[in-house]
Amino acid sequence: MRHTIAALVEDKPGVLARVAGLFRRRGFNIESLAVGVTEKEGISRMTIVVSGDDRTIEQVTKQLNKLIDVVKVSDVSENSVERELALIKVSASPQNRAEIIEIANIFRARIVDVARDSMIIEVTGDEDKIGAFIDLMRQYGIKEVARTGKIAMQRGSKSLE
Amino acid sequence: MRGADAIVRALELEGVKHIFGIPGGAIIEVYDALFDSGIRHILTRHEQAAVHAADGYARATGRVGVAFATSGPGATNTVTGIATAYMDSSPVVVMTGQVARSLIGNDAFQEADITGITMPVTKHNYLVTDENEIPKIVREAFHIAGTGRPGPVLIDLPKDVTTAEIEFDYPDRLNLPGYKPKYSGHPRQIKRAAELIMKAERPVILAGGGVILSDATEELTKLAETIPAYVATSLMGKGAIPETHPLSLGFVGMHGARYANYAVQESDLIIAVGIRFSDRTTGRVSDFAPDAKIIHIDIDPAEIGKNVGVDIPIVGDAKLILRELIKHINHRKRKEWESRVEGWRKKYPLRFRDDGRLKPQYIIQKIWELQPDAIVTTEVGQNQMWAAQYFRVNRPRQFITSGGLGTMGFGFPAAVGAKTAFPEREVVDIAGDGSFLMNIQELATCVDFGINVKVMVLNNMFLGMVRQWQELFYDERYSATCLKCKEMSFEKIAEGFGAVGMTVEKPSEVEDALKEAFEIDAPVVIDFRVDRLENVYPMVPAGAALHEIIDEEV
Repeated sequence: MRHTIAALVEDKPGVLARVAGLFRRRGFNIESLAVGVTEKEGISRMTIVVSGDDRTIEQVTKQLNKLIDVVKVSDVSENSVERELALIKVSASPQNRAEIIEIANIFRARIVDVARDSMIIEVTGDEDKIGAFIDLMRQYGIKEVARTGKIAMQRGSKSLE
Repeated sequence: MRGADAIVRALELEGVKHIFGIPGGAIIEVYDALFDSGIRHILTRHEQAAVHAADGYARATGRVGVAFATSGPGATNTVTGIATAYMDSSPVVVMTGQVARSLIGNDAFQEADITGITMPVTKHNYLVTDENEIPKIVREAFHIAGTGRPGPVLIDLPKDVTTAEIEFDYPDRLNLPGYKPKYSGHPRQIKRAAELIMKAERPVILAGGGVILSDATEELTKLAETIPAYVATSLMGKGAIPETHPLSLGFVGMHGARYANYAVQESDLIIAVGIRFSDRTTGRVSDFAPDAKIIHIDIDPAEIGKNVGVDIPIVGDAKLILRELIKHINHRKRKEWESRVEGWRKKYPLRFRDDGRLKPQYIIQKIWELQPDAIVTTEVGQNQMWAAQYFRVNRPRQFITSGGLGTMGFGFPAAVGAKTAFPEREVVDIAGDGSFLMNIQELATCVDFGINVKVMVLNNMFLGMVRQWQELFYDERYSATCLKCKEMSFEKIAEGFGAVGMTVEKPSEVEDALKEAFEIDAPVVIDFRVDRLENVYPMVPAGAALHEIIDEEV
């Protein structure tokens, strides 16, 4: 089972190494990890996608909580909005450019750069949507993909504090 | 003042009386500041030993132990000591020198990324990048090391941080939003636990090092007597109840007494307190106490459910929780269970063959008879297991051993630390010849500072525990376990360092030699030439269940 864990951490040097090191030495498998600052100064938010059974996930949360720089840990797998952003550089000739733009529009993706024989497309959404879009782009020739990893937030008025 | 002065001032404010360490270029400024301080510095002869000594000091006293080392190799030498303290939840603060901030990352002379290296073996660590943060960081380090589930904290001090001028302002408040240990147990969980205890017919208390750390031995003994329940401990839990107490079963696990292992296996309720169910304690975990429900009391929530499934978890401080728990318990005799356990105790006592040879178990029995109140440290291997079996501990913090990491070479420097804290007490290191050689240089420290510990070397000229496994499970193929040092004399080595050495070859000489050693006001090493092929029994083979315990014919 895959779980999405959100952690608020103090924005201190080494905190990413502490979290990554913890996962490595306890044998937990990180599928993706995204970090960014929050509305509070000095606090960053990490979103970690990890796979494992319930016992593993329980250990992940408990061990993360033990890190001094980690302020709050929460499993946000259920009832949450999950998003990822990808930049895809795809081969595009004058002949098929319109076709690619049409697919991009269906996915509400944006063309953010156009060159003579390629384009960069920005797409956001959950993992399935991005996966589907990338699959559709394969026929034109994908030159490069960059993905942010998932971020997530639980629905409703409650917040992770 | 200089950053270095701020460090020493902060240590004084934390109540530090002793520091173990070795100076070097990167930490020279701190040593300069220490020169004018009332804190006593014990110059060990290896940084690993400095940390073990600080660890031994912490375990003997319950206070935070402190060790210093310089950058690079000084710092990397502390790693085994730190990992040892980490595995056994011992409160230690280690301060290391570091190259100047401008040189960090340049592979400068004696540079090592010690915060990176020790990340997995510290409770927390710091690289000081702003000299003005020194007071705050020292304050936090002591707090983190000594509270909650204790553990080692390392502070890495770049040289220019120690030379910089700062305004000293010691914070009286801490701001650690990510560190809030939970002390009081959940009242409903405590009630549920009490109900389960009242219903149990075959209850056993399993006490670990957490009982010692939380100073909960009185409460634990009272709980045992109130229920009543037998108490088995882990190796780290020795001292949680006096081992001469009628309800004590000694320690359980790979080399625990058969009656202790049987009682745990046959119990219908395990009340686990401050214990982490390590593989050495549980045996094959899938067959551990198959009929028992488990109540698990621990201050570290991550320990609950980590190794065994738990029916009633209670997170918090053992002392506070036990105090509450006792209130809900009524005394109820469990005659049938009592007679079963006492039957095992009678039928399967700890024993060894008496064939006229010099037996290590006999030596430990004699040490116990002569000095039952001594603080005992051990090395790791056969010596450790015999000490655990035959030295019956009567109070907490009396038995100091490397349980989790199993560090050979720990016992002697740990004894140095314990003796520094309690110079008036007898401190005995029960050692093997292999382990003692791993930190034997500390004889120089003992002689230099008048730290009169007594080292009892159970010399079988083998790496004995490995040899035992090779005998039992590897067709007696003694690969690299024979130390073949018949010509080597620990007596002469001790004398070479300026300590007192003795050699004992016959059982009849043991008592006199021990008496003499305990009378001498100097560090003493006794080289006991023990029966070389003596094994530790009983034994649960690796991967077997606790009741599948094997014993030797006597």
